[in-house]
Formats: sequence, structure tokens, C-alpha cells
Amino acid sequence: MPEISRDEVAHLATLARIELSDAELDHLAPQLSVILESIASIAEVAAADIPPTSHAVPLTNVFRADEPRPGLTAEQALSGAPEAEQQRFAVPRILGDEQ
Amino acid sequence: MSTQTADTLLSFEEALERFDPAMGLEVHVELNTVTKMFCGCSTEFGAEPNTQTCPTCLGLPGSLPVVNGKAVESAIRIGLALNCEIAEWCRFARKNYFYPDMPKNFQTSQYDEPIAFDGWTEVTLLDGEGAGETFRVEIERAHMEEDTGKSLHVGTSGRIHGADYSLVDYNRAGIPLIEIVTRPITGAREKAPAVARAYVAHLRDLLLGLGVSDVRMEQGSLRCDVNLSLAPRVSAGSTTDVPLGTRTETKNVNSLRSVERAARYEISRQAAILVEGGSVLQETRHWHEDTGITTSGREKSDAEDYRYFPEPDLVPVAPSRAWVEELRATLPEPPREHRARLQALWGFADLEMRDVVAAGAIPVIEATVAAGTTPQAARKWWLSDLARRANEQGVDLSDLPITPEQVARVQALVDEGALNDKLARQVIDGVVAGEGDPDAVVAARGLAIVSDEGALGDAVDRAIEANPDVAAKIRDGKVAAAGALIGVVMKDMRGQADAGRVRELIIEKLS
Repeated sequence: MPEISRDEVAHLATLARIELSDAELDHLAPQLSVILESIASIAEVAAADIPPTSHAVPLTNVFRADEPRPGLTAEQALSGAPEAEQQRFAVPRILGDEQ
Repeated sequence: MSTQTADTLLSFEEALERFDPAMGLEVHVELNTVTKMFCGCSTEFGAEPNTQTCPTCLGLPGSLPVVNGKAVESAIRIGLALNCEIAEWCRFARKNYFYPDMPKNFQTSQYDEPIAFDGWTEVTLLDGEGAGETFRVEIERAHMEEDTGKSLHVGTSGRIHGADYSLVDYNRAGIPLIEIVTRPITGAREKAPAVARAYVAHLRDLLLGLGVSDVRMEQGSLRCDVNLSLAPRVSAGSTTDVPLGTRTETKNVNSLRSVERAARYEISRQAAILVEGGSVLQETRHWHEDTGITTSGREKSDAEDYRYFPEPDLVPVAPSRAWVEELRATLPEPPREHRARLQALWGFADLEMRDVVAAGAIPVIEATVAAGTTPQAARKWWLSDLARRANEQGVDLSDLPITPEQVARVQALVDEGALNDKLARQVIDGVVAGEGDPDAVVAARGLAIVSDEGALGDAVDRAIEANPDVAAKIRDGKVAAAGALIGVVMKDMRGQADAGRVRELIIEKLS
């Protein structure tokens, strides 16, 4: 039976840049375990004759021709940016807290 | 923290007496497709920031990627040129990480199903010790992925550490990349740095021959990460397997020379730690071109837990065997065979060919010969004046502002007797300075040889008159003295005379 520990949830939260309080960790860890458990039940019906799949449709080789298509202008691209400078996206200092 | 303090180093020679280096080279090559890997945005280099983006490469909600078929074709051809197996079926995967150079918060890459794997290539050492020696490099995999955006770090240091904030341009985000990964290269010992350099040079030639990339290291379309570790040296002939040591990964080494220097530096640095009984930290290191050292970067930590999973927005790539064979038939002659064939064709001695290869002059000489110049004349121009210029400017020969056709035209003018070598050099100066084609430079600078026999004869007469002693010697049969008079005439004619003809005239007049 898959189980996800409180430490693992804390680790995932860090990776996902989500700040969780101790109380939230206590609350979420068992919930995530239940979700994992439910999904794991699929393994019970997936017999050896059912190949694992990552896609809902049985397609391969969907390719696009190497032909340019108009995209966004710089103004459009930057319109959703909280901050922009020199026609670039301004982002908080990288690796500020030594990730 | 960034550690800029000087590392303790062991001399390269001593390091090699005690340790054997193992290297793994990761080369990222940007493909020269017209559009990005998963969207139709242009890939042109040097555009204004954020003018080549769309909802897909910006990772906006609701956008869907579609694979660039041409990029898959290039990936397969690269795999085949590296003697790889081509996957019958493979998928893209999401490499999840939070770093603003990827607006999607993941990079679409390949994980355990690379399109090409289990290959090899052979690398020939060019200069220094062991020149001509061949090393076989095993290729672990070549996989498809996308490039990241370009960050500009604003702040005091200009580097990541200590930056106050960063500015990102996503024009580069999504450009098709192929990552080519070697298996550990062992047994090269003191030649390891040279092998690393030769391998990257070899890949560059191979990719250029395939026509799949611009392979311009200075523009970042070919980048190399050098993984290096040391293991205690085993005596020759020992069959004991010594496990690999802890490795460091030196990132984005962006010139052939730097590949070699960075490998040498890491060997000396790691050896100094190990002889003191310390242990090498597994980490990313940054190469500093200016000071020739590496410094500590991010430590590999759980921040690099990428949680790969199959990309649900893209369907698998399953190249049919027929397609693979069709692409195999398009492969050009491999660089080594190509070199051997050209050497025979051009009649160059081994040493001459080695210099040509080392200067990266094969393509330009080929084009100059195609434009009608003899191979030796083409070699002379590209390996003397032009190689020196390229070297001074730190660019490739092909990046100089003179084309093989223009060099061929200059040589044609020499062959016609319209220019001598000295004038030809000035014409090349003019072309490189942007004064136009060789003929335009000749006209504008008035550089053609004076073929007016009358003017030449007058100059010879003046020289004889001004140097009666020398003239007397020549009259007495000391023909060698003519050199002094030729010099005087050439100076009088401002170099615009055919020295051979001047000599003939002097001898004629004084015999």
C-alpha cells in the first residue's frame, strides 16, 4: 500500500514553491495518501495484457512543418508580466535563497 | 555561496602521476530549424528581446505544443552520424523545475527514452603530443529538448550570485536542442583535456557537415558541459576495475580552447583536494574564461529533483525504419574520410593538412578552390594573413568579412599579373575593412601593378643612376647585387611593380 510521509509532502511543497504550515502538513499528508491509494487501485485491474500508457489517444508522429507562424509582439508578450524592463520580463533575483 | 577564493592546485603533471581522469561530455547543440521545437516562432539569432514568442513558448494556459518534424529529422540524422540506434518509439518528458529561464516551469525534454542511443565516434588528436592518435568515444545518448530563455542579471556582479533581479528574454526559449552525452571517457590520461577538445571540434565538424546547426560556439549554438572525476591511478596492465571518483560538472564552456583548459584546471584542482585526503564535492562549477578557473556553483541538492514524467500534451515519436533508412542515405561523408579525400585531392603534406584542420580552414579552402584557386594558393591565403586576423579577433575563419570567392578573385588578379603578393595583401586588407570587392578595392586604392613598361624603365634608370656602385657590381657579373636595386625600384613604384619584371629590366640594362 503506497503511503506518503509527512516529510515527503514537505519536500514536494518545497519543490513546488508552496509554503505549508505544520498544521497544513498534518492535514495534507494523510489526504495525499488516500489519493495515492485510490489511484493505485488501478493496478489491480491492469492485468499483464494491458500495456501501460501515458496518452489517451493511440497516435504517434504528429508533426508540424518547419514554417514560421506569426506570434506575439513584445508588448503583447509582456502585457501579463507583473514587471518588465528593457523589453524583458523582470523577475526576482534568481537563487536568492541559495536553492 | 560563490567561492572566488583561489583554489589550491596540483601541477598537471603531478596530478596525472597519481590519478586517472574520467570525463563525460555533454554537448548541447541548437538546431538551425526556421522555427522552434514546439511552436511556429522564428529562431533567428539577434532579434529584439521578446519579439519571437507565442502562447506556447511562453507557457500560457490553454496553449498546446506540436513537434517540429524537421527537428526530429535532424535529431535522427545526428544519431545516425554518431552510429547510434534510433528508438522505434520514444516520448518527450517534462523536467520540472522553477527557474525563470523556462516560463512553463518545466523544460520539455526526453528522459529514459532518448531518440538516439548506444553510439560511438572516433576522434583524432590534432596538435601537441599524440597528434594523429585516434580515440573512440562512446555515445550514451542523444535526445531532443528545447532551449531556455536568456537571463540578464541586473546588479553589482553581473552573475547569478549577488544579482538584485533578473531580466528575461524568451526569444531563445523553445529553440530545438539536441543534447549529446558521452559515456565516461577513460584511459586518455594526460591527453584527456586534448581529447575533450578534439571531441567537441569533431562534433562541430560533423554537425556542420550534416547541415543541422550553425555550431557557433561564440553565439552559444554549441555548448559543452565537462563532467570530470579522478580515480587513483592504476599501474599499466592492471585489470583491477577502479570505481570512478566524485565528479564535478563544469557548465557552458564556450570555446574549444576553454574545453581543454577547463578539463586541465579541474584535474589540477581535484587532485590537490584528493592528495590532502579531502573529498571532491559533487557540484556544478562555472568556468571563467578571463581568469581560467572554475568556481563553485549550485550544489546538487534536492532542488534538482526534476520529477520527470511523460509529456501528456505530445504524442510519442515512432520513426518508421523506412524513414530512418531514408535519412541514413542523406548522411554526408564522415569528417575523417572527408579530410583524407581532400588531402589526397589537394596534394597537401600531412603537416600542411594538420595545420589546415587545426585552423578550421577546410570549408573555406574547399570553397576557394571551387571558385577556381589552386589548393596551395588557397591554403596560403587562409592560413597566413587571414588566420592571423581571425586569431586576433577571436573568430572563425568563416566569420571574417571576406568570402572564399573574394579570396579566389584576389589570387586570380595575382595570377593575371595585375597584383603582386604585397599588393594582394593590401587588397585583402581593403576587403576585410569593408571597402568592397577586390576589384573595387584595387580601383579605389589604385593598387594595380604598373604594367607601363615606359614608367617601369624610367624607374629602373633612376635607380641605376642613383646607385652607380651597385650598378657597377652587376655589370661585373655579380647578379646577386640586383636585389638592392630591385628594392629601390619597388620603393619608387610604391610596391606597384612586378619584382620579377624589374629584375629582368635591371639585368637587361646592365649587361
